[in-house]
Amino acid sequence: MKVTEKDVAYVADLANLELTEEERPRMLRDLNAILGYVDRLDELDTKDVAPMAQVSDRFGVDPNKTGSARFAYARRDDVPEGLRKSFTPETALSGAPESDGTFFEVPKVIEK
Amino acid sequence: MHLTTLTIDAARSAVQNGSTSASAWAEAHYARIASEDTKIGAYLMLSKERALAQASRMDAAAAKGEPLPPLGGVPVAIKDVMVTRGLRTTAGSKILENYIPPYDCTAVARLEAAGAVILGKLNCDEFAMGSSNENSAYWPVHNPRDLERVPGGSSGGSAAAVAAGMAVATLGSDTGGSIRQPASFCGVLGLKPTYGRVSRYGLIAFASSLDHIGPLARTVKDVALVLRTIAGRDPMDSTSADVPVLDYVEELERDVRGLRIGVPKECFGEGLDAEVRTSVEATIQKLAGKGCEVVPVSLPHSAYAIPAYYIVATAEASANLARFDGVRYGFRSPEARTLSDLYRKTRDGGFGAEVKRRIMLGTYALSAGYYDAYYLKAQRVRTLLTRDYEEAFQKVDALVTPASPTAAFKLGEKSGDPLAMYLADIYTVTANLAGIPGVSVPGAPTKAGLPIGVQILGKHFDEATILRLAQACE
Repeated sequence: MKVTEKDVAYVADLANLELTEEERPRMLRDLNAILGYVDRLDELDTKDVAPMAQVSDRFGVDPNKTGSARFAYARRDDVPEGLRKSFTPETALSGAPESDGTFFEVPKVIEK
Repeated sequence: MHLTTLTIDAARSAVQNGSTSASAWAEAHYARIASEDTKIGAYLMLSKERALAQASRMDAAAAKGEPLPPLGGVPVAIKDVMVTRGLRTTAGSKILENYIPPYDCTAVARLEAAGAVILGKLNCDEFAMGSSNENSAYWPVHNPRDLERVPGGSSGGSAAAVAAGMAVATLGSDTGGSIRQPASFCGVLGLKPTYGRVSRYGLIAFASSLDHIGPLARTVKDVALVLRTIAGRDPMDSTSADVPVLDYVEELERDVRGLRIGVPKECFGEGLDAEVRTSVEATIQKLAGKGCEVVPVSLPHSAYAIPAYYIVATAEASANLARFDGVRYGFRSPEARTLSDLYRKTRDGGFGAEVKRRIMLGTYALSAGYYDAYYLKAQRVRTLLTRDYEEAFQKVDALVTPASPTAAFKLGEKSGDPLAMYLADIYTVTANLAGIPGVSVPGAPTKAGLPIGVQILGKHFDEATILRLAQACE
């Protein structure tokens, strides 16, 4: 077993989850089963292989190129007007579970 | 014309020449949804008001003799992970049960601008996480070809609606096979375009470097028509590629003779159902008969695709889903007394089991002490998997593989075993890691009559070639 009950509690805390008493043993079992399978990645020697976070990491972002080298990203100079427009406060707050019309409301953060 | 065989051109021409109306098409589909969808469960919500308003606009234009846009009056539907202004959007989750988005997803807006009539929002696995649609927080979808079986996932509603004649075409999303696998299970076409080909603005994020929007339909031509409509640069998505959009419909006219198709030996090994193998091999023979050259190739790192994918995908998911905190939108636990309590109780009550499992796995893989061993390792293996494709595409124009190792399985068959469920994606996940396009096209069905999907993968931005090959298989 790689993952322990303590790890499950620690990771749940990082992820802002609580997990019930019933959920924890199941989570422990599933994470160990999945990570046991993931361990096969260790069979590969990757020390000279560059990590790839995005398709463009490997193929570049040059729109003037062809084929796989064409992935492009927005540049600052072509940020259109639409991107700068914001929702009105009413729209932004329209989905809020609680608000006072100007701010999102949350339980008190600092106790007196 | 029967709704299960209606095509985009037939629907549009009938409205254009006045033999029927867009409003009648919409009503006919709603009548079919009313009779069929109680058994299937593909729709989470119908958007009748918006649909009929758009249909009236198309009918008015047709009555004046104006040429209708390419999808004028055509009934379509949208996976409920794409936001729709003023229309409830849930992502299949309780945490967004009452969420009314203030804007439209670009792909949805482009469909409507092209005249399409949006019938409603389609069921899916919660946050698109699943391969059977059993992770929907609302209800599971049943496969229209066999109601005891799953439609695949996560775009199960999108595939089932097209298969059952409850929409002419639909939009799905694909992070690891979520368009192609349900298309294969339901016997329809499903395309995952190149990463960046279609804007993801307004797609509720699961794993941003792997997420794609794409069409499902009953003919290759309809897939091409929808792709042509939704593809192209969008300033609202900085990862949308600035690459000219081809006329994918026109491209279908070109012959497939002389195209080189690669058959990766690793995709025909252990774990592949015998009937699926026979069906895919028959399709390869069919393409050979039409003048394609069949070339054996190798994707040597295939066995590492699922573990690399599930680390990358869950790591990104754990970050993307941090935004669901009960403050700005969606569900908020009424029991919380403190802010930290609010986050936890909201997320505990709002997320389902699979979503929590993936958040936990991703958080673990990114946590101090494990980042190098899991996340960084998986990113390096992602490079190896991508190189496998680059090398194969030196020799061939496209690859042909099964879309899924089996035909549709039964509801409940894999829902207790997450790892068994993950393996349903074994032939599809690498295309997401590498960003290459892939389409699932129906092959010969099983003896019992269940659909089987053949996957055709292509080079970056070469949707035209794989759609041509798909049409040669039809």
